[in-house]
Amino acid sequence: MRGSRSSSPGFVRPCQRCRQASANTKRAWVAGGAGIEGQRGVVQPRGRGALLPAEADIKGARDPDLGQMRPPSLLSLTLDSALLRIAHIADLSNLPDHLVIDLFRRTLSAGKLTEKVLKLFLATGCEEIILAVKLLNIKQPLVPVLPTNKEVDIVIAALQPNLATFFEAWRPFFSRFHIIVVKDPELAEDLQIPSGFDFKVYTKSDIDGLLGATSINFSGHSCRYFGYLISHKKYVISIDDNCLPAKDAGGLTVDAVHQHMVNLKTPATPFFFNTLYDPFRKGADFVRGYPFSLREGVECMLSCGLWLHNADYDPMTHVVKRNQRNTTYVDAVMTVPLGAMMPVSGINVAFNRDVLGPVMFPGLRLRKEGKHRWDTLEDVFNGLCAKVVCDRMGYGVKTGLPYVMRSDAEAGKALESLKEWEGVKVMDDVLPFFQTLKLSKDAVTVEDCVKELASIVRDKLGPQNAIFTKAADAMVEWINLWKSHGAQSALIWSDACYRVSIIVRNTCFHF
Amino acid sequence: MAPSHAPQPLLKDELDIVIPTIRNLDFLEMWRPFFQPYHLIIVQDGDPSKTIRVPEGFDYELYNRNDINRILGPRAACISFKDSACRCFGYMVSKKKYIYTIDDDCFVAKDPSGKDINALEQHIKNLLSPSTPFFFNTLYDPYRDGADFVRGYPFSLREGVPTAVSHGLWLNIPDYDAPTQLVKPLERNNRYVDAILTIPKGTLFPMCGMNLAFDRELIGPAMYFGLMGDGQPIGRYDDMWAGWCTKLGSYAQITADPIDGSEQLGVCILYDEMQVITDHLGLGVKTGLPYIWHSKASNPFVNLKKEYNGIFWQEELIPFFQSTSLPKEANTVQKCYLELAKQVRAKLGKVDGYFNKLADSMVTWIEAWDQLNPPKGGVATANGALKK
Repeated sequence: MRGSRSSSPGFVRPCQRCRQASANTKRAWVAGGAGIEGQRGVVQPRGRGALLPAEADIKGARDPDLGQMRPPSLLSLTLDSALLRIAHIADLSNLPDHLVIDLFRRTLSAGKLTEKVLKLFLATGCEEIILAVKLLNIKQPLVPVLPTNKEVDIVIAALQPNLATFFEAWRPFFSRFHIIVVKDPELAEDLQIPSGFDFKVYTKSDIDGLLGATSINFSGHSCRYFGYLISHKKYVISIDDNCLPAKDAGGLTVDAVHQHMVNLKTPATPFFFNTLYDPFRKGADFVRGYPFSLREGVECMLSCGLWLHNADYDPMTHVVKRNQRNTTYVDAVMTVPLGAMMPVSGINVAFNRDVLGPVMFPGLRLRKEGKHRWDTLEDVFNGLCAKVVCDRMGYGVKTGLPYVMRSDAEAGKALESLKEWEGVKVMDDVLPFFQTLKLSKDAVTVEDCVKELASIVRDKLGPQNAIFTKAADAMVEWINLWKSHGAQSALIWSDACYRVSIIVRNTCFHF
Repeated sequence: MAPSHAPQPLLKDELDIVIPTIRNLDFLEMWRPFFQPYHLIIVQDGDPSKTIRVPEGFDYELYNRNDINRILGPRAACISFKDSACRCFGYMVSKKKYIYTIDDDCFVAKDPSGKDINALEQHIKNLLSPSTPFFFNTLYDPYRDGADFVRGYPFSLREGVPTAVSHGLWLNIPDYDAPTQLVKPLERNNRYVDAILTIPKGTLFPMCGMNLAFDRELIGPAMYFGLMGDGQPIGRYDDMWAGWCTKLGSYAQITADPIDGSEQLGVCILYDEMQVITDHLGLGVKTGLPYIWHSKASNPFVNLKKEYNGIFWQEELIPFFQSTSLPKEANTVQKCYLELAKQVRAKLGKVDGYFNKLADSMVTWIEAWDQLNPPKGGVATANGALKK
């Protein structure tokens, strides 16, 4: 091995040399012996065989005859210096291979082979290193899947196959939660999701298999509602797959998941508008004139977040203001007052599934519903129904923080959608209907409210446009599905837990 | 869309700044760059023999108690004494279209970038651009640069309605009531919320008079700040009262369905019965920017004494305002207000005798208003306040 290690900085192409020497290498590396567990589960080789020349180089060889240290060479010192900074080096591909190999050996013996550094070496393409990694059984560590939160599910509708960037960006905030990924039934390609998450993908076959024949169309953005149906957690958070974490006005990355949970777990104040917005936020309170009897608030069931950069506009606005981007970070959460209607956007939303699940349905489907957000109104219609029900039942709806950063992906295509865009007129019909809606006293549960809503939609809006009749059908179907799958899955889960607890109890008892 | 800036101050000859004061007006020095082009109406409360020094260079008129008594005669009783509610005399006596009112302990605030906030300019922008009370826009003011209506916002509502009131906010000392001040004496409002939003129709809110602008022609008579202060059982609820009456008066009508027979189509959902609030004027109220810097924390113990009754009475007032309705014939602000006065007497008189006095003074106020501002013939309809 000493022969192949030249201390002169020649630029001979060592790869060929590597190949020829690979047999030698194998012996040399293997002679290094079995490795020990190093940092992060990367196997570090131990043993003197492979390392002797480098060690000698590093420390200076002790000439047994002369009994004195040979000083380290300049090259050796340079490599030492590189080793000290190995974590900050971005690219080694300019180094000749024999130096890369030497550096690799030094890294191994110094115990500095982290996952990132390993990737750095592998990126050089040096075959000897790749071979060495294989022979030494150095494995890239799996990102551990942490135990996940018991209360919250994250539901992601996959309308594009490559979700790597999305998940990597959200990793710090998603890794503690179980993620339900529902693949758009019309998406052909396989999904790419990085490791290290507790996720489960549901595809068309899962949807069809579980629900059988159903009148609800779960394609496009509506596929996420399947996720709402089969989740059995108390809270659900849903974010579009073209949104990344945003940065607040101070430059800090916003934990949208945390903010949604704060919104849902602090009271809402729908009966009177607080001019300092959310009174339960740190540094704020109810202002003078706010009735004390209303300061307890009500439970918040729906949290509607916002979007920086590419805001959720209709296609006309996209076309007219194609360069406009939302850059204003409004640092406020507020309760939408009782009786006030608002357009809920499904891009960044969270809700209490236990309570509101029956009303979170994909009802309204435009005739030419497409894959772009502006081709849909299902979330807006759903939000209006949810708000009416919340008002009726005494629950709260909040809007404002958190922000997500929504990418530009769709902005250019708006003009095409305008041609037959039904959405222009729909909201003008829908809104007056919701504003004069009156649910009867008999509707005491959310399911009752939805059933009643469905029949009113059918009677009052159906005659105006057939899509409303279909919406009413979908609402009724949703309640049925909820009965058989939605509420049940919570029951199945708790039933299973109960059975397990019995077994455990009996087992322990015997001890 | 809001008009682009002219190089000269907006609405220079159409806006009066009304300032109630009892001490001095030194705070005007800080506001000089923003206020100097405008006309000031200073209402001096308290001892009329004291001279209030106004800094040089301002164009102003000053009224003390003697002036108020002289001008209004017996009707002067409706103007409060020893309470900033006296500012509404300034509204009455002004001849301009717009009013901006500010307290004498409010200074220029800085935005997060460190720049001084021209509060008056922002209020004017708010008043000159429409409001959107029928549907909540999740991106807040859609007429702002960089914002717009979101997906799902009906196109028929995107024109908005004229803005009657612009309610600004405060940094530093927040406008808390006495109990909150006592519990949180050190709390300061440091959060700059970069938004203006329209208060939705059917929603009441606590309006603070510290930093407020409104269209006097559209809503002036409703801005009566009630009977507060000296000799009255309640203080510091003046602006609240004005706010609730104004907001009530500005609920907008959606559509009149002739088949229904009833023209009342606002929506107010509270309790089990759905009651309808009519507004024939079709106006909007905005809140949010601009911020001013509120420097003086009043004594919470004194405040507690002043507010004591208000804290209990407001529990009765809120249901009253949320459930009251106005008849079709009330098609001007004055008529709405007189109708409200009747209902205050009828429904709140039993809460406390004060409300009978208040009802009387509300009537007196309208009489005084009409005396100083003879109504032009016919119905005061709201045409667009948008200036192109």
